[in-house]
Amino acid sequence: MPGAGGFPTGPPRAFDTSARACNLPRMLSVTEAGLHCAAGDFYIDPWRPVARALITHAHSDHARPGSAAYWCAAPGEAVLRVRLGSAAAITGLAYGERRTLNGVTVSFHPAGHVLGSAQIRLEHRGEVWVVSGDYKTQTDPTCAAFEPVRCHAFVTESTFGLPVYRWREPGLVFGEIHDWWRRNRDAGRVSVLFAYSLGKAQRLLAGLDGNLGPVLLHAAAREFLPAYRAAGIALPEVPPATKENVRAVGPGALVIAPPATEGAAWRASLGDPATAFVSGWMQLRGPRRRRGAEAGFVLSDHADWPGLLDAIAATGAERVLVTHGAAGPLVRWLKETGREAAALATRFGAAEESE
Amino acid sequence: MRAFAELFAALDRTPRTAEKVAALTEYFRATPPADAAWALWFLSGQRLKRAVKTRHLREWVAAEAGLPLWLVEESYDHVGDLAETLALLLPPNPAPAPPALAELVRDFLLPLADAPESRQRELLRAAWARLDTPQRFLWHKLITGGFRVGVSRALLVRALAALAGVEPSVMLHRLQGHWQPTAEGFAGVLAGVATADAPARPYPFFLASPLEGGPTELGDATDWLVEWKWDGIRAQLLRRAGQTVVWSRGEEMVTESFPEIAAAARALPDGTVLDGELLAWRGEGPLPFAELQRRLNRRAPNAALRAAVPVVFMAYDILEAEGTDLRARPLADRREVLARVLETARLQPGYFTPRTKSRPGGAAVCGRLETFYREKPVTHRRAGPRSVEFPGQGSATARAEAAPVQAELFGDEGVHSLPAEFPLRFSPALSAANWTDVAAWREQARAAGAEGLMLKRRDSAYGAGRQRGAWWKWKVTPFTCDAVLVSAQSGHGRRATLFTDYTFAVWRGAELVPVARAYSGLTDAEIDAVDRFVRANTTGRHGPVRTVKPELVFELAFEGIAASPRHQAGLALRFPRIARWRHDKPASEADKLETLQRLAGTTRGA
Repeated sequence: MPGAGGFPTGPPRAFDTSARACNLPRMLSVTEAGLHCAAGDFYIDPWRPVARALITHAHSDHARPGSAAYWCAAPGEAVLRVRLGSAAAITGLAYGERRTLNGVTVSFHPAGHVLGSAQIRLEHRGEVWVVSGDYKTQTDPTCAAFEPVRCHAFVTESTFGLPVYRWREPGLVFGEIHDWWRRNRDAGRVSVLFAYSLGKAQRLLAGLDGNLGPVLLHAAAREFLPAYRAAGIALPEVPPATKENVRAVGPGALVIAPPATEGAAWRASLGDPATAFVSGWMQLRGPRRRRGAEAGFVLSDHADWPGLLDAIAATGAERVLVTHGAAGPLVRWLKETGREAAALATRFGAAEESE
Repeated sequence: MRAFAELFAALDRTPRTAEKVAALTEYFRATPPADAAWALWFLSGQRLKRAVKTRHLREWVAAEAGLPLWLVEESYDHVGDLAETLALLLPPNPAPAPPALAELVRDFLLPLADAPESRQRELLRAAWARLDTPQRFLWHKLITGGFRVGVSRALLVRALAALAGVEPSVMLHRLQGHWQPTAEGFAGVLAGVATADAPARPYPFFLASPLEGGPTELGDATDWLVEWKWDGIRAQLLRRAGQTVVWSRGEEMVTESFPEIAAAARALPDGTVLDGELLAWRGEGPLPFAELQRRLNRRAPNAALRAAVPVVFMAYDILEAEGTDLRARPLADRREVLARVLETARLQPGYFTPRTKSRPGGAAVCGRLETFYREKPVTHRRAGPRSVEFPGQGSATARAEAAPVQAELFGDEGVHSLPAEFPLRFSPALSAANWTDVAAWREQARAAGAEGLMLKRRDSAYGAGRQRGAWWKWKVTPFTCDAVLVSAQSGHGRRATLFTDYTFAVWRGAELVPVARAYSGLTDAEIDAVDRFVRANTTGRHGPVRTVKPELVFELAFEGIAASPRHQAGLALRFPRIARWRHDKPASEADKLETLQRLAGTTRGA
């Protein structure tokens, strides 16, 4: 049991014992602090401070501050440091590198979600579990591609776990964004793309055609650029999206900013910009219109329905535990197609921000 | 279909009306008239009768997508829009070859109507094979008949007026009623050509704006006509070319639902158009709105329903007499004409036979309609339990003290006791020398079965649409009660993924009884908060409805309340909406059913 540093001790208490939650033998359990591996004495993406936290990726619902020691995939170390601060004790492991913690062998494998995102593989007495964190199967030049890992039990997200979510090729979506940008430019307007600061913003930056006009990046996304460059991801040099810079560039500018920036005053400071959200949620007309933006582009860092099913199939897992998102339908679908499956109640995905 | 889908995308993309109008104008300019006609027809809210059962649609899409039906239902539950859900579930079309809109309607949509199931399925599959995902969404909208896409009629009118080079009010008039969605029909709309259906075309309704604050800024009270604001269905009654047509404000032709009105209208001279209100009416006053709805929902009502829910057409205004458009004339003049026309019609022999003798002197009375008032209490006839009572005031004397002015129409009979047999009525003017008198009338609106007052400038022309200034509606202060949220359902359109349709309950002993459903009144932030509450506190699921822990209390405002055996609580609320979230109240302190029952006992309902 964790005892060091005044962190919670004693046996983990079941957090959710409802019938829909899964009974998790041996390898993992859900406690008040998070997803716990009792045998290895560590947590994965804990929501309370613990002694040792293995982190799948640096989004704030998965990487929370305050734990004594963090392990993550090496390409994500710098990004995680931006999130947790320079004082955090972070150990980066190369993808595939194996370490043993109290008899449990752990390793990190690319999840394709954002830079440094990982599936965490646990092996204990011949039984293999994989905790996927968030993942996508689409190509993304800013992070390593998702690699299926064979396992007995697979813990999967289900953010977009319904068949209405089926993504189009990123190239087509970028084509739409370019058309929109061109239209705005020709109408003398600034374009603003609302996208999450870690992952989506850099993915856009890498995919946008700089010949169409100048791209400016909000400070919240800029702070991750050094970490990206350090990991060897080529991203163009772009100025910060300050009022002055946008004004100086004028119509034709494209600003990438986090959704939280969206506000009347900020908008007004850019003149009368055309706005669009970039997110998997934009697949549906309701959320698209509810956000009040003029456009919505469907580009997600999560797996769509076919992506989830392909990824699950590729693991060869007999058991699937489904976390945040549309767990109910996915669990039922998996059961009806001959797998053992159950929902797993976690606190991931609480703030849609990772999308 | 490609152009129509692009138009839809352009309309959907921008909240700016100028851009929407530009997109519409460009579409109508550049599109072949046969396609433009159908686009206009659908966009203006017309629809074909639903030919395909939605259950079949779901099953066929499930089969097409290789999904179990439950997963289609789960998806629909999540998306909230069936047409969209089904479009997203179908396997993507690698090679769409969309037909033109008119072709799609002719070859795929119209043939669905009388086709057997197997043929319907073939037609759907054939259409899916031609369309891409956004086009399929629109195709499903056309099939399911709910084509609401956030394009108001005003925008369509502006676009077409710009294209035709006419005033919007002229274009609005051309678009009234049923025109044919053909190339010729569309050309007629643009060119203003008289078509065969011109006699059935109503005028655009002139709408009043709500009066916020008091009326004192409106100048001299005597410049204004004061009427009850009746709570029925605003309608136009057209008698032209030997035909009668009744249009509701929603532009439904409702003639067949109100045969007694149509029969009475035969007594009107040719070339007459009246503006008024359809009301369910018995004896001295209106019945609750829910009763009127029973009539509206039934085409060709049988004798039992006609007897159970008698209706009247309460005329406010006359827009056309002897085939002449009177709309530019002052209201006071029009009302004189109206009174004369109605009274003449009432006394017409042959067309309409009253069961009792008509009152003597009727023709003479009508000349005095708006001037004949006496300062004495209304002597309402008691006609059984439905007689009018003023809340809290037991006697005529008390009423006289409370109300400075009382109307007295048609001699010593209150307007409520006009012969029930002739269903075209004249909406009485309420006499008032000053705004204090007007305010006193408003206090009595509920007792009269009205939802407030209408204030119309006596010199006002009959405009088109909602133009502020000349006509105001001054509603009564709404009733309120505190009720508990007991269940929720997701909304539609932009609220499709949120729980926004709420059911509220009050206490009957230790039990909560649902009394109202309400959709509006919360801010977006509050809607999000309630949505989170619903998701976290669901106690049961019944199809799309989730019951929740009874915890949140809201103040509901409503315009009326009446006994209704068809509602679980035995009460029906009129226009309930959320006034505010009572964070300060626990569920136990919500209102009791008895309180509402008492309220219903003291009001005429509506």
